[in-house]
Amino acid sequence: MAKGKETVSRTVIVALVLSVFFSVIVSTAAVLLKPMQVKNQNLNIKTNILAAADMLPSGASAQQIEDLFSRFEVKLVKLDTGEYVQPDYVGVQDPMKYDMYKAASNPKLSKDIPQDQDMAGIGRRPDVAKVYVLRDDSGALKKVVLPIHGYGLWSTLYGFVSLKGDANTIEGLGFYQQGETPGLGGEVDNPRWKAQWQGKVVYGNDMTQPEIRLVKGGVSENTKNKEHKVDALSGATLTSRGVQNLVNYWLGERGFAEYLKHLRNGEV
Amino acid sequence: MAGASAKQVLFEPIFSNNPIALQILGICSALAVTSSLSVTIVMCISVTAVTAFSSMAVSLIRAQIPGSIRIIVQMTIIASLVIVVDQLLKAFAYEISKQLSVFVGLIITNCIVMGRAEGFAMQNGPWLSFLDGVGNGLGYSVLLLFVGFWRELFGSGSLFGFTILTPVNEGGWYVTNGLLLLPPSAFFIIGLTIWALRTWKPDQVEEADYKLSRHKVKEAF
Repeated sequence: MAKGKETVSRTVIVALVLSVFFSVIVSTAAVLLKPMQVKNQNLNIKTNILAAADMLPSGASAQQIEDLFSRFEVKLVKLDTGEYVQPDYVGVQDPMKYDMYKAASNPKLSKDIPQDQDMAGIGRRPDVAKVYVLRDDSGALKKVVLPIHGYGLWSTLYGFVSLKGDANTIEGLGFYQQGETPGLGGEVDNPRWKAQWQGKVVYGNDMTQPEIRLVKGGVSENTKNKEHKVDALSGATLTSRGVQNLVNYWLGERGFAEYLKHLRNGEV
Repeated sequence: MAGASAKQVLFEPIFSNNPIALQILGICSALAVTSSLSVTIVMCISVTAVTAFSSMAVSLIRAQIPGSIRIIVQMTIIASLVIVVDQLLKAFAYEISKQLSVFVGLIITNCIVMGRAEGFAMQNGPWLSFLDGVGNGLGYSVLLLFVGFWRELFGSGSLFGFTILTPVNEGGWYVTNGLLLLPPSAFFIIGLTIWALRTWKPDQVEEADYKLSRHKVKEAF
């Protein structure tokens, strides 16, 4: 036995049997668990959207989240024109299946952002973005949730911003994925910090360039233009700057400004 | 370790032969996943499960493994188990798997798992190897939870996510210690733990590799 197992043929057989055996185990696990994983991922995105729209009850069950989310219409927006496109424009059946972050690396569905315009530090922008629209029974706009992302200090922050029916006032803003310094930049997740975004006004008179500013030293009743100002994160200048830049980019003319104009005028 | 009893292999690694404190293995993940306890505990369970089952699997086929490919055979077994654990976490504990991110995958490179497979399971029966895996997993867990306890309590003022010391950021009084949220702080805590452990059990103190010789005063003549 001791000698027999050291031969070349034996080595090859053991290696082969072992590889086949474990590849079967691994693939079985992957295939069987796939549906649950996909469900979890979808639920996670829906939870984040509801949280940004300030509609997430604490301790909501999966069913509640599905119900609440089903009130939203999922739409695809062509960013250059600010108009809706059909899902087949990006090659999917169901708009929910479209992944704009994957599309950003597909040359057919995205473009390079010239260096001088790339303030959010994202490199490429997808042509089409996925937005979530909530209308009341009469068809009037209640909320619109827009995806935003950009570079902070260490990581790309991914999140959503939700606007009220006037498509100008912020309902909520939150990031579902970030890797900023815990305790400093990581405080972008702090509910207290996020709460101050509520009610801030994005645009001034021109309705194109966001007027939102993250400022140092706090925002009080007496601050000038306080409706546009948010207190920056203390001890996290670069993360705050990143948030400022990504808000400027995504709510600016290369982001959703055009779409929001149409939305306000009731054209889409 | 031939002829070790089941009780010995199960409990010795917890304090007497702790994989982190005495063997100094698995430090990398001990730094990475200990900033909050709920994440730590899932990592501990994952590592314990992987160590136990991989040791058992290696031990079961130890008579068949040719010496020339034994390391890669062990790696295959460990890697497969880790992928299964990762898939299970993504399906059943999605939130925590997001926080653990790459570190579940990195269990493959955790020296404890390979160390036990090569150092124990290759010479012992499946049942003992399984217990040895569980024991070492527990040893790893005890130390990780200890580190995690201090890091979460003083880093974010909470334990298992429940606020104990209300931090200033949430309107309380406690100024959180930012260092404890960063990985290097675990080095300090692990170092202090090893010191305490070796004071309690002096037989763990290693012999010095060399001794400074006495300074001799040579007089010129």
